[in-house]
Amino acid sequence: MQDEPIPTELIKAVADFLRNDIAPVISGHNAFKLRVAVNALDLVTRQLTLEAGSDAAEAARLARLLGMDGSLIELNRALSDKIAKGELDLETPGLAEHLWQTTMDKLAVDQPNYASYRRELGRKGD
Amino acid sequence: MIEAELSRCVAAWCSGATGVTGAAKLSGGASQETWTFDIVHPGANIGAILRRSPSGYGAAPSRAAGLDAEATLMQLAHDAGLPSPKVLHVLRPEDALGTGFIMQRFEGETIARKILRDEQFAKARPKLARQLGGVLAGIHGLPASKLPKLRQVTATSEITDLEGEYRGFGRPRPVFDLALRWLRDHDPGPSREQTLVHGDFRHGNLIIGPDGVRAVLDWELAHTGDPMEDLGWICVNSWRFGEIDKPVGGFGSREELFAGYEAAGRRVDPDRARFWEVMGTLRWGVMCCGMMQRFRSGPDHSMERAMIGRRSSETEIDLLRLLAPRGN
Repeated sequence: MQDEPIPTELIKAVADFLRNDIAPVISGHNAFKLRVAVNALDLVTRQLTLEAGSDAAEAARLARLLGMDGSLIELNRALSDKIAKGELDLETPGLAEHLWQTTMDKLAVDQPNYASYRRELGRKGD
Repeated sequence: MIEAELSRCVAAWCSGATGVTGAAKLSGGASQETWTFDIVHPGANIGAILRRSPSGYGAAPSRAAGLDAEATLMQLAHDAGLPSPKVLHVLRPEDALGTGFIMQRFEGETIARKILRDEQFAKARPKLARQLGGVLAGIHGLPASKLPKLRQVTATSEITDLEGEYRGFGRPRPVFDLALRWLRDHDPGPSREQTLVHGDFRHGNLIIGPDGVRAVLDWELAHTGDPMEDLGWICVNSWRFGEIDKPVGGFGSREELFAGYEAAGRRVDPDRARFWEVMGTLRWGVMCCGMMQRFRSGPDHSMERAMIGRRSSETEIDLLRLLAPRGN
């Protein structure tokens, strides 16, 4: 067992330092790159926090949809293949819901401020 | 230093020029560079841009039209009265600057967030979509007989191309498969009319001033094909920068874009434009995945490129909003 602080705590501390102490004192292209760097650290924090839960739920949905077991990448490969061949389509019960949920879970990590994502989050409960 | 070569070069064709000053590289990939500089002239200095492939680089990537074609197209557009820089000089071997051309520099803004939010563009924004419709009609009306040799693109060839690129990445993305399937099922066939297509008509390649559009840049992806491709591409959600209810670049409506296009004497096919919007959304998604590949395989191991790789999911949600919309 590894010691604490855990990775998300360490990354957040570094991101906060860059954001609060370094960003105000640099300018130009390096300021832009620093913003990208802080965004990358924030993304990693979100992934470490959310990935295990969303991956497990995605695998369970895929296993149901495809009637097979496998790793997440194998299941996704099988789904891609069936959609490409036209064996599954938007008429297939559960497919649209699965693709939406999986995509929403990706955006929650990648770009939670993306306008399309904010709009779709607001639809919850429809 | 590049100023020495540029000074020798401009002296040969710009009468009265005594040299150049302020040369600075604006962008540079592995095979193409863009430089800004001023031609020193007793009348008034002339703002100029150099686009070149430095000597020693091989053929451009297969999708690129090539710098000679870019210069020809830019000059054609300029001569037709479209907002396009004048080409001042096409590089010759004796210029020792590689291959490429020098063009007039326009002042203005290309950064989307500024164009969409800054007060100085407040008057330009409401008229941009209509104006750009007119500009596209002008581009699509350029005489076929004067065009340089360009790639020919059809909906079918583009789908095949995108699919090949996506499969080449070796990582499944079911939403991309859904989009490819939709595109194959809705392929409208070859366009009745084949015209010049700019190929990358969007924020970043348009110089905007407080008065509206000033210049169309970057003909690198120009080809011939379905003119509706350009109308679909500028509506792709990725170029709305958060203003998702204004499909044209985050500043205007499809109706305004189409009205400007038709006022210039050309017909819009809204279904085809929509088809190309789906294609364009997938194309940007595949390009984001390509950035990730380039990051991983080394030619550009930058943090920015890595992070663009994580933007492909944005195109997945936009594809779902187009193909499997939920509720109202």
